[in-house]
Parts: sequence; structure tokens; C-alpha cells
Amino acid sequence: MLRVDVEKQLGEFSLHATFASEGRVTGLFGASGAGKSSLINMIAGLLLPDRGTIVIDGETVDDTASGIHVPTYRRRIGYVFQDARLFPHLNVAQNLDYGRRMNRLAHDPAQHTRVVELLDIGALLDRRPGKLSGGERQRVALGRALLSKPRLLLLDEPLGALDEARKLEILPYLVRLRDEANIPMVYVSHDVAELRQLATQIVMLRQGRVTSFGGVKVLT
Amino acid sequence: MLDISPAEWTAILLSLRVAVIATLVATPFGIALAWLLARRDFWGKSVLDAVVHLPLVLPPVVTGYLLLLTFGRRGLVGGFLADHLGIVFAFRWTGAALACGVMSFPLLVRPMRLSIEAIDRKLEQAAETLGAAPFKVFFTVTLPLALPGVLAGMVLGFAKAIGEFGATITFVSNIPGETQTISSAIYSLIQTPDGDAAAGRLVIVSIVLALGALIGAEWFARRATQRLHGN
Repeated sequence: MLRVDVEKQLGEFSLHATFASEGRVTGLFGASGAGKSSLINMIAGLLLPDRGTIVIDGETVDDTASGIHVPTYRRRIGYVFQDARLFPHLNVAQNLDYGRRMNRLAHDPAQHTRVVELLDIGALLDRRPGKLSGGERQRVALGRALLSKPRLLLLDEPLGALDEARKLEILPYLVRLRDEANIPMVYVSHDVAELRQLATQIVMLRQGRVTSFGGVKVLT
Repeated sequence: MLDISPAEWTAILLSLRVAVIATLVATPFGIALAWLLARRDFWGKSVLDAVVHLPLVLPPVVTGYLLLLTFGRRGLVGGFLADHLGIVFAFRWTGAALACGVMSFPLLVRPMRLSIEAIDRKLEQAAETLGAAPFKVFFTVTLPLALPGVLAGMVLGFAKAIGEFGATITFVSNIPGETQTISSAIYSLIQTPDGDAAAGRLVIVSIVLALGALIGAEWFARRATQRLHGN
């Protein structure tokens, strides 16, 4: 599903990570500064590796040896950022529809309804992002990414900006997403409890290197 | 109230036409340049930035003279345009529009550039992850978010264009009905005996137009802030 073998020098910090994952939810675990965000940004195509390959769903999206770099907008990925990044000039409904419009996908009312119900955002559709709480924003960001019909969903500490109560509010949605949406995910976090609940596979990063790889057990 | 004579109306309407055309033609170039200066790093960027601001600091008569040398009938560009496309600037109202466009360009670009710089690039990244190619990112995220700044730049540029004097009179002279704008009409009137009343009326018109433009620019700037905060 996802094969990564990349090297990247970022100032003093060197990242060299290799892993292959078939799991539904691959948890990228590590302390801050371990290289998690750089790694997920390379998978997204937002950051160019110095050397190496990235293969998503059988398609090589990065291969420095043969000069392949598929730009982000053609990777058919969804990305949920820590800071939601909803478009402030569009309301929730327009934010949700953005990916469909950009990818020229046909209207899919059934999927739209499914996602809106899964994330419980039906009551928010007319609102502007400025009028949403942090948790609501994150749910809309999830919905927006899902509705672009990605083949891989990347989540970079999606609960990182929320307080404990809000985290507990969102976690059940993520569990449902894992069990119902049928889209493989890469989930970046430094929170062991979060990953225990969500991940099916763990890639542990320390100082830019993969130190262990395996089931959720490696977290202990 | 103001008893504006037909000759004065001619000058006012010509000023409006010149300023509107100058602003509309300059706007796409202004947006492109503002984006380039805000979002791209390239060799010679600071030189380009300086050249754009040049009309702001150069004596207007110098800018006008340079325009005459370049876009006059015998100028390098002017000669080509006249011979091949039939476009003549020298001593025409189109030349006045060109002079006003060049002179107001720095003021037009600045708010556009600032509003593009103020947009969080992370939003543009988010758009890209959702499948938007760079030009779509520009038209669906960057430009809508920068719109109040774009309009503010247009208003400021318009206000500057409508009051331009030095470069215009140097380049296209002061021909009533063709190139005599409000400013050059006032200039002629105050050199004419008994011209004071007419000059005074045009001065009032100028003040009203300038004030309206400034208030408009301020209003657009406030809207820009609101928009970026998602309200």
C-alpha cells in the first residue's frame, strides 16, 4: 500500500526512514523533532526528498534516481493538518465540496450524506470557519479530505491543537472513520494512548531514524 | 451649487475616462506583479521592485519625458505600435491614460502585494492536497482572499491617476478635449485672468474624488481583515 525509503537533510537534522505498510492505520510515532512531520510532508509531496522512493498504492510518486516527483495535487491524497486550514472565505458546505470541484469528480450525494453523518457536521454547513469551535473545525477538515476521495489519508497530529475534552470528542469519529471509510491512513502523533486506540501498525521514529516497526505492541 | 461649465465637464469626464482606463488596464499587470513579488524569489527581484517604485520618487517630468522618448511617434515602442497596430499615444488621451497608469502603478501594486503576503501559505498548500493545480489554487484561494486588497489597490491607483499632472502634461501636453484633465485644466485656469472661480470648482471636484477614493480604500482594507478571520 505504502512504501517509503527516503533521505532528507534539513539543516543539522538528517532524516533517513524506510518502512512499508499494509495496515489500515499506520501510526507514525515519535517525540517532537523526530522527523514525523517532514516524513508525512514528503509522502504528501509538499517536501522533496534528497534521495529515495515513495510508492503509494503501487504508483511511484517519488523516485529521485529516475527524476520522478508527482506534484501534490496529482497524488490523490487527503491531508488533515493540525490546524484544520479551512478556507476562511468559503462556508462549511463549500469547503467540503472543494476537493470534488478541483478533481472534477461527479456529485456523489450518497457519499456526501455518509461523510456528513459520520462526522456529525450537518448542522454546520452554512457557517463560516471563523464561527466554528476547534473540534468542529477539525471534523470539517476531516470531511473535506474524505470527500476529495483520496486513496490515502494523511493526518498530522489532528488532535494536537485540541484540549483533552475536545480530543475525546473527536477520537470516536476517527475510530468510526477507520472502521467504515475503508481508506488507508497514516496517522502522526506523539500520544501513545491515541495511537493505541487507532493504529493497526506503528512506525517508531527517533532522531530521524525508524527504530521499530510492527503492531501496536511496540508502543510499550 | 457648483455651476460647472461645459468646458469644465469635458475636463472632468476626460479625467474620469483616463483614470478608469488606466486602472483597468494596469490591474491585471498589477496583480501578476504583486503575486510575483509576494510569492516568488528570483534573480533581480529587488531591481524589479525598485523599478516599479521608480515613478513614485522620480520627478514626474522625468517620467513624462521618458514616456515621450519611448512611446512618442519616433520612440522605439511608440513607433512600432503606431506602424504595426495603429496605436498612437503621443498627444492623445490614450497617452494620458498610459502616463497615469505608469505613475499610479506603485500605489496600485502595494496593497495587492501586502494582501497576498498576508495570506497564509498553508491554505494554499491545503488546496494543493485537495487536488488543486497551482493556477487553480491562485484563482480559488489566493485571489478571493486577496480581493479586498486588490480593490483597495485599484481605488488608490484610480485616485492617483485622476490627479496625475506632471508626467501627463510632459508626455501628451494640455489639449482641451483630448488631453486636458482636471489637473491640467486647473493649471491653465490659474494662469488665466478671472480663472479663479473655475479653478476653485475643479479643486472642489478633485478633493471630493480623492476623499471618496481614500474612504473607499479604507473600507476595502477593513473588509480584507474580516475576510481573513473567516467572519
